[in-house]
Amino acid sequence: MVEALQQALQGLFGPVFPLVWTLLKIVLIIAPLLLGVAYLTFWERKIIGWMQVRIGPNRVGPWGLLQPIADGVKLLLKEVVIPSGANKGIFLIAPMFAFAPALAAWAVVPFNDTLVLADVNASLLYIMAITSIGVYGIILSGWASNSKYAFLGGMRSAAQMISYEIPMGLALVVVLMVSNSLNLGDIVEAQRKGMFADNGLGFLSWNWLPLLPMFVVYLISIVAETNRAPFDMAEGESEIVGFHVEYSGMAFAVFFLAEYANMILVSALASIMFLGGWLSPVGFLPDSLLWLFLKIAAVLFFFLWIRATFPRYRYDQIMRLGWKVFIPVCLVWLTVVGCWMMSPWNIWK
Amino acid sequence: MEFKSFVFYFLSAIMLFAALRVITARNPVHAALYLVLAFFSASGVWMLLQAEFLAIGLVLIYVGAVMVLFLFVVMMLDINIDRLREGFWSYLPLGAMVSLLMIAEMALVLGGNYLGLLESDVPQTGAEASNVKSVARLMYTDYVYPVELASIILLVGIVAAVALTMRERRKTKAVDPATQVVVKARDRMRVLQMPAEKQD
Repeated sequence: MVEALQQALQGLFGPVFPLVWTLLKIVLIIAPLLLGVAYLTFWERKIIGWMQVRIGPNRVGPWGLLQPIADGVKLLLKEVVIPSGANKGIFLIAPMFAFAPALAAWAVVPFNDTLVLADVNASLLYIMAITSIGVYGIILSGWASNSKYAFLGGMRSAAQMISYEIPMGLALVVVLMVSNSLNLGDIVEAQRKGMFADNGLGFLSWNWLPLLPMFVVYLISIVAETNRAPFDMAEGESEIVGFHVEYSGMAFAVFFLAEYANMILVSALASIMFLGGWLSPVGFLPDSLLWLFLKIAAVLFFFLWIRATFPRYRYDQIMRLGWKVFIPVCLVWLTVVGCWMMSPWNIWK
Repeated sequence: MEFKSFVFYFLSAIMLFAALRVITARNPVHAALYLVLAFFSASGVWMLLQAEFLAIGLVLIYVGAVMVLFLFVVMMLDINIDRLREGFWSYLPLGAMVSLLMIAEMALVLGGNYLGLLESDVPQTGAEASNVKSVARLMYTDYVYPVELASIILLVGIVAAVALTMRERRKTKAVDPATQVVVKARDRMRVLQMPAEKQD
C-alpha cells in the first residue's frame, strides 16, 4: 500500500517528490506527537487526581476526553499581552526557540529497525546538540519580558538546565561506550544480545541493569532538565516566579507544549538508551513498535507519579544534587565501565 | 546550480549577514544572538563538508553552552551604549592591526591551499565512513599526548578559576545535607513520660 501511494505521488509531483515524501513523513511524526502532547496533559491531570483521591477533569466530553481540546481553544482565544518596554521580536520568538528543538530532535529517533526519518551515524550527538538549544527559549523569554522577576526566573531555569545537561551527557557517553555506536538504532540493536537474552529474558540484557547507576542518574536528570516537579523552579507559583510570568494566551501555551513535547522526547530517549527500544522483553513475544510506545508511556507515567509524590526541591539543593552528586557518580561509573570493558569479564563484546 | 551549492551560498549569506550584525548591532544581546546565528550557519556549512562531528560539536559546545553563558553575562551587565561608542578613533589603529593580522593568517592558510603551495591533507572519506569514529581514532592513538596535555591544561584552568573566585564563607545557617540525612528522631526529639495530673 505504501509503495502504491509512493508511486502515485511520484507521478503527481515529479522532481519535487522526495521533498513531498519527506514532508509527509514529518507530518506523520509531528501530528501524533502533538496529539500525544495534548493527551499527556489530560492524562497527567487524571493520574494526579486519582493519586490525590480526586476525580480529575470529567466534564468536557465523555470521561472528560475533550478537555485538552477545550483548553487549547481557550488559550487560542486569549490575548497575547506584550509588556511595555519588552523586546517584541525576541519576546515572540522565545517560545518558538523552546518548542522547535523538541520537534527537530525527532528527526533521528528510530521507531523500529527500519522506521526512522533520518538514519544518520551521529544521531546521539545530534540529539544532544539540538536539545541544548532549548535553553535559549527560557533565557530569552526572561530577558525580553523587561521584568526583573521573569529575568531572574529565566536565569535560574537556564542554569538548572545547563547543569543537568552534563550528567545527562555523561550518562549517554557510558551508553555509547558499551554500544560502540552513536546511532540510536545500533544502540537498541546492541541491547539485543547478552546472556539473559539468549535464555529468553531480554529485559535483563537491556542497558538499565548493567548501567543501573547511569539509568537512575539519567531518569532524575531528565526530570530536572525538563523543569518538571519536583525540580519545577520555573513555575513554583506560590513561592517564586518563573521565566514565563509575562506570557499569556498562545505564547504561554507554546511553552507548555514545549515542556510536554520535551517530556515525550526524553522518555523516548530513555526507552531507546536503557530500556531496549522496540525490543520485546521476553523471547516468546515479537519485537514491535508497540513495545517502544509502551516503554515511553511507562517513563511518562514515572514523570507524573513523582510529580504527585514529592515536594519541590529548594534551588540550592537542586544545584548541589546536579554538581556534587550526579557528576561525580557519572565520572566514577564512566571509569568503572571503561575498566570493565577492558577486563576479561566484558559482557558487551 | 546544483542543490548543494545553493545550500552553501544560502548558509554563507546568512553567516556573513549575521557576522556583520554582530559588530554593528547596537544592543549587545542582539549582537550575541547574531553570533549564535553565525555559529549555526557555520555548522551547516561544515555539515556540507561532511564534517558532521565538527558541525555538531560546534552547535553542542558553542551554541548550547558557551553562548548561553555569554548571554548570561551580557544580559546582566548594565551597558551604556554611548559610553561604549566613545574612543572609537583611539581604538581604531589597534583594531585595524589585529584585523590585518587575522586576514594575513587566513590568507596564508586558504591561499596556500588554493595556490597548491601546501599538500592537501584533507582525506576524502566516503559518506558511509563515520566521521566521529575516525576523529576519535586519531585523537586517542596518534595524537593522544597532545589531547591529554590539552585536557590537563583545561583542568588546571578550571581549578584556577574556582580557586580565584572562592571566597571565605561567611557564617551561614545552611545545613550540611550529609549530616541532615543521618539524623535520627531521638537526636531532635525527646519523648517525656508525664503522669496525668488529677484535677479536683
